[in-house]
Amino acid sequence: MTGSSVGLGACQIAELVKSKQISAVEVTQEHLALNEFYDSALHSFLEITEAAAISTAKEIDAKIAKGEDAGLLAGVPIALKDNLVTRGIATTCASQILKGWKPPYSATVVKKVSGAGGVSLGKTNLDEFAMGSSTENSSFGPTRNPYDLKRVPGGSSGGSAAAVAAKFVPLALGSDTGGSIRQPAALCGIVGVKPTYGTVSRYGLIAFASSLDQVGPLARNVKDAALLLQVIAGHDPKDSTSLVDATPDFVSVIDHGVEGLRVGIIEELVDGVAPMVGEALKASAASLTSQGATVEYVSVPAVAYGLSAYYLIAPAEASSNLARYDGVRYGLRVEGQDMNETYVASRTKGFGAEVKRRIMLGTFALSSGYYDAYYGKAQKVRTMIIGSFKKAYEQFDVLLSPTAPTTAFELGAKAADPLSMYLSDVCTIPTNLAGHPAMSVPYGLGENQMPIGIQVLAPALGEANMFRVAAAIENDAPPISKTLFWE
Amino acid sequence: MVDDSVFSDVAPQFLPGWEIVVGLEVHCELRTKTKLFCGCANSFGREPNTNICPVCLGLPGSLPVINEQAVELAVRIGLSLNCTVDESIFHRKNYFYPDMPKDYQVSQYEKAINENGYLELPLSRKIVRIERAHIEEDTGKSTHVGGDNGRIHGADHSLVDYNRAGIPLVEIVSAPDLRSAEEAREYVSELRSILVASGASDGKMEEGSLRVDANVSVRQLGLSEFGTRCEIKNLNSLRSLVRAIGYEAQRQVALIESGGKIIQQTRHWNEDQGVTSAMRSKEEAYDYRYFPEPDLVPLSPSSEWITEIKGRIGLLPASRRERLAVLFDGVSSGSTFDQIVTAVNLGLDDLIVGSVESGADPRLALARATNEVAGDLEKLSNLTVEKFSDLIKMESERKLSATQAKNVLAQMLVSGATALDIAKAMGFEALDSSVIEDLVDQVISSSPREWERFSAGEDQLAGFFIGQIMKLSKGKADGKVVTSILRSKR
Amino acid sequence: MSDSISRKEVIHVANLARLSLSEEEELTYTGQLAAILDHARDIMALDTAGLMPTAHPLELTNVFRPDVEMPSLDREEVLSQAPASEDGRFLVPRILGEAP
Ligand SMILES: [Mg+2]
Ligand SMILES: [Zn+2]
Repeated sequence: MTGSSVGLGACQIAELVKSKQISAVEVTQEHLALNEFYDSALHSFLEITEAAAISTAKEIDAKIAKGEDAGLLAGVPIALKDNLVTRGIATTCASQILKGWKPPYSATVVKKVSGAGGVSLGKTNLDEFAMGSSTENSSFGPTRNPYDLKRVPGGSSGGSAAAVAAKFVPLALGSDTGGSIRQPAALCGIVGVKPTYGTVSRYGLIAFASSLDQVGPLARNVKDAALLLQVIAGHDPKDSTSLVDATPDFVSVIDHGVEGLRVGIIEELVDGVAPMVGEALKASAASLTSQGATVEYVSVPAVAYGLSAYYLIAPAEASSNLARYDGVRYGLRVEGQDMNETYVASRTKGFGAEVKRRIMLGTFALSSGYYDAYYGKAQKVRTMIIGSFKKAYEQFDVLLSPTAPTTAFELGAKAADPLSMYLSDVCTIPTNLAGHPAMSVPYGLGENQMPIGIQVLAPALGEANMFRVAAAIENDAPPISKTLFWE
Repeated sequence: MVDDSVFSDVAPQFLPGWEIVVGLEVHCELRTKTKLFCGCANSFGREPNTNICPVCLGLPGSLPVINEQAVELAVRIGLSLNCTVDESIFHRKNYFYPDMPKDYQVSQYEKAINENGYLELPLSRKIVRIERAHIEEDTGKSTHVGGDNGRIHGADHSLVDYNRAGIPLVEIVSAPDLRSAEEAREYVSELRSILVASGASDGKMEEGSLRVDANVSVRQLGLSEFGTRCEIKNLNSLRSLVRAIGYEAQRQVALIESGGKIIQQTRHWNEDQGVTSAMRSKEEAYDYRYFPEPDLVPLSPSSEWITEIKGRIGLLPASRRERLAVLFDGVSSGSTFDQIVTAVNLGLDDLIVGSVESGADPRLALARATNEVAGDLEKLSNLTVEKFSDLIKMESERKLSATQAKNVLAQMLVSGATALDIAKAMGFEALDSSVIEDLVDQVISSSPREWERFSAGEDQLAGFFIGQIMKLSKGKADGKVVTSILRSKR
Repeated sequence: MSDSISRKEVIHVANLARLSLSEEEELTYTGQLAAILDHARDIMALDTAGLMPTAHPLELTNVFRPDVEMPSLDREEVLSQAPASEDGRFLVPRILGEAP
């Protein structure tokens, strides 16, 4: 069933395609075939764009035949989270309110990926509007974990994480507002990176919480993730919050080792995690020490308040960002007697429960009489968290924590209690509030024989050290000795 | 309740014992090439929805980027209104309405780019405080179908055009310092001149480039507390402004005098009926849930940039008036000064100053500009300083009579030709004084008796001779030349 | 029951957000939102005096675009995605109130 390119990494595939050992069309077809055969069980994709993928692959082969540069991702299959806008291709955010919407433009990251020779196979599932930690909030049905179909892949980029873990694609793009790349990467046993806020353009990323959202890569190894970040990073004049700093070479730094790097384990994020997750964190720290880094515990006190601040700030921004889904210009309209009834009917029908919950929470946090107590307070706590990190980074180059407190849970386990679901983002949220980069690296199996992720955090624009440490952890990590559902 | 219709279409009247208090919010569309946050053209009158992109249509995933020129023009406005120009941020103002593509408006709320300025009214010399002049985006435009007169009330459905959505506006908010409809008119007129002179606006009220909301309240004379105010939305001409304020003040006074109470509300001005009426809006109080726009970063104009911008602001109306006043012994009130104010408001001062510099008579230039040119401003572009100055000189040298000069000027505005060419074509070449002398002799000999009486000192007969001579010359003789010849012959 | 948010307030915010709730939903959401807001009480107790609010993780200012015209979208492509349109414009049901 599996073709010769399935299971290879992105760097390898690009090399093979460029050296004409395999054609981009073959690579594409092999991955599409696997997808076609098995995704009905996993439901990682919402839409497969087969014809477009084949024709892109043909163009790449033609370029290579003519001796032209086909780009860093020449012929590499890639999946796009369905909150990235793609011209003429349905973009839904896994919401009924955008079902069937065909945008008249494409996101900057989507253009960058295709400009680098990447071959998009389609759009992946997510929690509706990226609000969730299990992908169960997709209005088109949940995605499952490829290591255990009873369990969730994490979220909200669960479709992207599952597709990469299941080898349907070597690379995928996700978005991370409070951990939505890193947490599913951890739960699916792959690598996921949330870059420094402003490193990757948000133009064409459908907003959840604008001051927190960032697009980033998911891959099966650190080098592939660095490669994809290299492709999508860089200034975009269409995004006012895009940094102008030149993007460093992320790929070459990962071989630099960790000799002399100072690594701090965040004390506040160790307590209360599942025992095997805690063990894995210690083991990864020991491995870093053995590779020449110094590792110590460090207190970053304000991270403990991240969750509370986040669940006021993110919904507040979301309540405004999601106002535009009103049945006037695009998307679902449920006709009422007048305009206002139409707004209410369309939005009530079009949004799912979690989205409504957050819209109401955010509306409340911003409403007259409550702004200072909730939104205003949360913004000050955000300042506090940034200060707390700043202090820690005076002593340490990178910080370490678990990515998620537990391994993948079963579908439905947390569905009835939103707060318990929110708690699964407790380790990842503080970085978003600070705008810093962080990534998750797989580290063997834990409870229920499911993958564990170690989170590596760095200060703003500290991606180089973050990748060095992640690569060192990866070098020495126990393998995920478990077969995928289809293997 | 007082029946609104009793005040229908009345001019603002003096309300004995009462004082009107007015504060104005003027929305000024900036004269940029493109919209505030995207590269769509800032233009008026295009086919509906042909001037839209993901950003101004609020499509999912789109992001705003501030137009640098819009900020510059906003700073020009602030500096021209003596404001403090400082660091500012954008907020989102959240409310659902179909002409707002994102269902929030990006505007400046807590910290406006321009704050605490003032404007001096040219005639009354009154200082009107400017609280703020902030940047915000315009909305789209709805057309209401199926009701009467395209009004929202009774319409069956509406059609939305987003061409105007995202056009840069500066909203200039005055303190409640104005005390009459007339003062409000003078304020808007002066403000308009400032906005045009600074290069920020084209000042075309008829195209919606300037739109005024008036906050009106009344109080008994002598009271220091303000009354409850009503806001009249969208006044699109000076005439509407004056009428609406006059009407609203009378309505409020009548209501209070009949024992009623003013409710703070937003009111709509009906131009045809000449009345304001409460706007229909939802019962619930609006809660705009302002919060900092996370897709934009703060504006922080450096002092160097502000200095550069200052250098690009044209001559402002006050200086323009002064420049004209110098030509009239520094006049600062009276009818000549009124004419100066008009000339500056209408943007005719460059023409006058230019023609005076090339030798034209100031008084005549001012009169012809504010009377004749002012009547046909749309054709002003046909007139150059040189052509205008030639005309004024021809008139002061008596080569054209006053009537002829007016006719020639009207023709110049239409065709753009020179005064000399038009005068020739119209047969307006003034008669040579020797020809006039012949005509005078002719009339003297045909009316010897009258001439005798005139020569004896009956001055009132001058009119008889001038009339006769004018008749003979078919109006081409210059009256003053005729008079002086008559005098010399007596 | 918590006093961090009442059922009446939930109804109010739903109204502001243009959502309608069944009676059952009103109760469920009131309980859930209250639990989340109660959890947020940990930050209410924090002393944040003297701290500036952070609206944004970046310290950028003055990010501008030159005043240069860019092509607009094709109207037909845009209107093809609209729930209803007429005469090149977006058609909406009757509007009861004027813009605030
Ligand atoms: Mg405004
Ligand atoms: Zn636009």
